[in-house]
Amino acid sequence: MDFLRPETLAEALELKAQRPDAVPIAGGTDVMVELNYDHRRPSALLDLTRVPELQQWSDGLRIGAGVPYVRIIDELGAELPGLAMASRTVGSPQIRNRGTVGGNLGAASPAGDTHPVLLASGAVIEVASVRGTRMIPAAEFYLGVKRNALEPDELIVAVHLTPAKGPQQFSKVGTRNAMVIAVCSFGISLFPEENRVGAAVGSAAPTPRRAHEAEQFLASALDFKNPKPLLDSVKREFGELVSRAASPIDDVRGSAAYRKHALAVMARRTLGWAWQELVDGERACA
Amino acid sequence: MRVNVTVNSEQRQADDVWEGESLLFVLRERLGLPGSKNACEQGECGSCTVYLDNVPVCACLVAAGQVQDREVRTVEGLADGDTLDPVQEAFVEAGAVQCGFCTPGLVVQAHDLLDRVPNPSDPEIREALAGNLCRCTGYEKILDAVRLAASRR
Repeated sequence: MDFLRPETLAEALELKAQRPDAVPIAGGTDVMVELNYDHRRPSALLDLTRVPELQQWSDGLRIGAGVPYVRIIDELGAELPGLAMASRTVGSPQIRNRGTVGGNLGAASPAGDTHPVLLASGAVIEVASVRGTRMIPAAEFYLGVKRNALEPDELIVAVHLTPAKGPQQFSKVGTRNAMVIAVCSFGISLFPEENRVGAAVGSAAPTPRRAHEAEQFLASALDFKNPKPLLDSVKREFGELVSRAASPIDDVRGSAAYRKHALAVMARRTLGWAWQELVDGERACA
Repeated sequence: MRVNVTVNSEQRQADDVWEGESLLFVLRERLGLPGSKNACEQGECGSCTVYLDNVPVCACLVAAGQVQDREVRTVEGLADGDTLDPVQEAFVEAGAVQCGFCTPGLVVQAHDLLDRVPNPSDPEIREALAGNLCRCTGYEKILDAVRLAASRR
């Protein structure tokens, strides 16, 4: 095995072009488990922790793929509340000190914690190779179980997100608060100025996916201009539509029926929290 | 490959390191530092927690090559000679140790918590230690130890 240690993004892309079989490693929280358990023996590891371009973010927001969860939680919570909430549920403090959103995207596990938020808030993934840069909307990035839209010579460089223009919420079901892989998860973003809703499910289909019908229903049912307490019937219908967008399986973590039920509950609750924020905001202004 | 790394303020060198090896293996098997424990090898138990550039991480999830020219501080590097760190002393006094396997990881993680949050609330202590598993104590004595260490700093 070779250990490749680029110090610039250009060098990393050059190495990935020469060695498309090299496995990128940043926080190591997925890759090292596979190595430790002999599940994977790549011909090379491509260490991205020394590439400064990946470790920073700029206004707007363009978040380098190597920024660890702990910094998103501590430093970007005001701009990206949904992503911070999801990051907060990843593993343990030690894992959040190392793990990155770029790694979540690279692994493309249907259960990855940040995926529902990235989908619901319209994230765009910046990937690059020596051939150039591609901007891939999150909705087109996840192709199958642990499969994403990356070409073999490409690396995930950054995630582009606009600072939240309205309330965002994230919810996840697991057996305890820490160190848990999602049984299922849900993210919602409200865009009051555009009369738009983003909603996506995690760990409930071969890929994380948006709940389009639920988004459309809610966008037409909500009165963003005059936010009043929501009717239970609206919350219930939204929950039903979210649940219908999922196609979960039975596995060790939970049954398909349980996941469908839990998604409807999470959708109702997160909608309630997000909408309350708008109602309270309106009152505070009045 | 050869790995040069600063461990507990000493410049160290490990040779014949396999490229897919973990920092934990390098510490225990090549540098003679068995304090960090090898239990789950998947970041679930926290027994191998060490500082990497002053940030606590699971040593089993760090590739050996990633620590080249970086700084590692293990549980062996907390005491000052024969004088234990206040966190270590508190663990002894509070009886926060039974079989002892999880202790090094808990000590490093608690050490980091008290550096960042000198007077942590109980929820803050629980949250900080959420990634460290102990199968003997039931955690109550461990919480006592962290509170005791905090009160003495």
